[in-house]
Amino acid sequence: MTDALLTLSGVHTHIGPYHILQGVDLIVPQGGVTVLLGRNGAGKTTTLRTIMGLWKASQGDVRFEDHVITRLDTPEISRRGIAFVPEDMGIFTDLTVAENMLLAAANGPIDEKRLAWIKELFPPIGTFWNSSAGTLSGGQKQMLAVARAIIEPRRLILIDEPTKGLAPAIINAMTDALRELKNTDTTILLVEQNFTMASSIGDTVAVMDDGRIIHAGAMQELVDDADLQEKLMGLSLEAHQ
Amino acid sequence: MSDTTIKPRIEKIPLSEQFFQKLPVLLVPILAVAGLLAIGNPASWLTLTVAGLAMGMMIFIMASGLTVVFGLMDVINFGHGAFVAVGAFVGFTVLAWLAGWTASPSVMLNLTAVLIAILAAMLVTGLLGYAFERVIVMPVYGEHLKQILVTMGGLIVAQQMIYVVWGPDELHISRPEAFKGSLVIGEAAIEKYRLVAVGIGLALFLGMRHILKSTKVGLLVRAGVENGEMVEALGYRIRLLFLIVFMTGSALAGLGGVMWGLYQETITAHMGSEIMVLVFIVVIIGGLGSVEGCFIGAMLVGLLANYTAFLAPKVALISTIALMVAILMWRPQGLYPVVKAK
Repeated sequence: MTDALLTLSGVHTHIGPYHILQGVDLIVPQGGVTVLLGRNGAGKTTTLRTIMGLWKASQGDVRFEDHVITRLDTPEISRRGIAFVPEDMGIFTDLTVAENMLLAAANGPIDEKRLAWIKELFPPIGTFWNSSAGTLSGGQKQMLAVARAIIEPRRLILIDEPTKGLAPAIINAMTDALRELKNTDTTILLVEQNFTMASSIGDTVAVMDDGRIIHAGAMQELVDDADLQEKLMGLSLEAHQ
Repeated sequence: MSDTTIKPRIEKIPLSEQFFQKLPVLLVPILAVAGLLAIGNPASWLTLTVAGLAMGMMIFIMASGLTVVFGLMDVINFGHGAFVAVGAFVGFTVLAWLAGWTASPSVMLNLTAVLIAILAAMLVTGLLGYAFERVIVMPVYGEHLKQILVTMGGLIVAQQMIYVVWGPDELHISRPEAFKGSLVIGEAAIEKYRLVAVGIGLALFLGMRHILKSTKVGLLVRAGVENGEMVEALGYRIRLLFLIVFMTGSALAGLGGVMWGLYQETITAHMGSEIMVLVFIVVIIGGLGSVEGCFIGAMLVGLLANYTAFLAPKVALISTIALMVAILMWRPQGLYPVVKAK
């Protein structure tokens, strides 16, 4: 888990007149879960969207598997094996669960074995297969969003706050699913505000503030150091518990 | 993840809510029955109803492309009328070349001539749509005010080009022999051409519905209407989809132009911009981006225009606007609003 799968070097992103990312340097190692932490407005979502090509970096490089992908368009980045689960989940509510999954299998028909695994991972996907995605609950929509991202084997999944607004039972279930996903070849870059959840599955961590990475290292190091947590995030893990 | 931790549930939609959702479909038969009660004479009612459905179908043909273009691409295309006019003039030219076939008593030759005219019009307007999207629309994606200005400009240029190629005078299109005259059913006289228009419009609606509901391209269009960014993030080139949809919408406008030209039997360079008022009303009534809403809206407009023209000709002038106002007061986003995540 030492090779870098994704590297951001001095990435700047502007949205209209706003200078959001101000030189992000980030290394996402191959395998495991890298957690991106930071207060609201620190630039976490912008970082994911810049990697995905949805917002273009104005300066700096995004390198994925030794290829610079900074200037590629979003479909090309997706086809290189990066999936994206946005904060609003991006579910097509007018389509059924089955149609959502069918569209996500962009490279051909759905692999039945993989689908069976996903239905085991997220039981509501099977239960509501032919239901309109718009009628699912918030937690079920989040499961569909993650399920859609893994319907085909991916090298990297970018997940933006998957536990936001969910009930504790659903958060636990989502954490279990991500933990199982961790055991596959897939690498996860997770943006999360819930430090308790993030620390339970994260292997490495990067903390952002004001559009820059202000800390990067092993998750365990941050978990073990309450002073560092306080310094970086203003609140320690102990305070969460 | 185990079943014990999460109990799958789905919100049940109450019956009253389900009825409310389906209600727009019932508006067309409700209006038809109201028309029968108001007109009183079944023969006149049948004639007016077929005329209204035919008019509605032709408006639907012209409006369907516009609504999908708006829903998927978020483009307000005021130049759509250009494709209607160009389609009509291309159809006129082809039918003039095939005058021997259209004057023949053979139904097969008549149909073949019209089919060739329609295909030629759709091909030309489809290609024109390609150029229009690349040159005029593409630079102004996401900028509604500029879209209105440049597409209006495109419409004016297209109208001037029609003057250059076909001249400034209105032209007369003669319907093929098989489409002339009326069928008499009881005391009702139904124009043959109107039945043809109803058949073509219905076939187009069912075909579009099948494509949108049952094919991957249709899924992509429906998904793209709701959240184009996510479609891209799944690996699909939505700009290519935009282009295909725009060309298809333009070709459908061309088809509508031929149909409308044969219906009116005269064509002018301004016919597209004139019919666009009704087309926009239909698109707004249906809900921006909704093909089904567009279809129902077109039927309502066609029927109401014909009923009121018979019952109260002065009211007919404002009937479609009044219908739009009533629908928008009931459903401010139209009959079938398409959810858009922005």
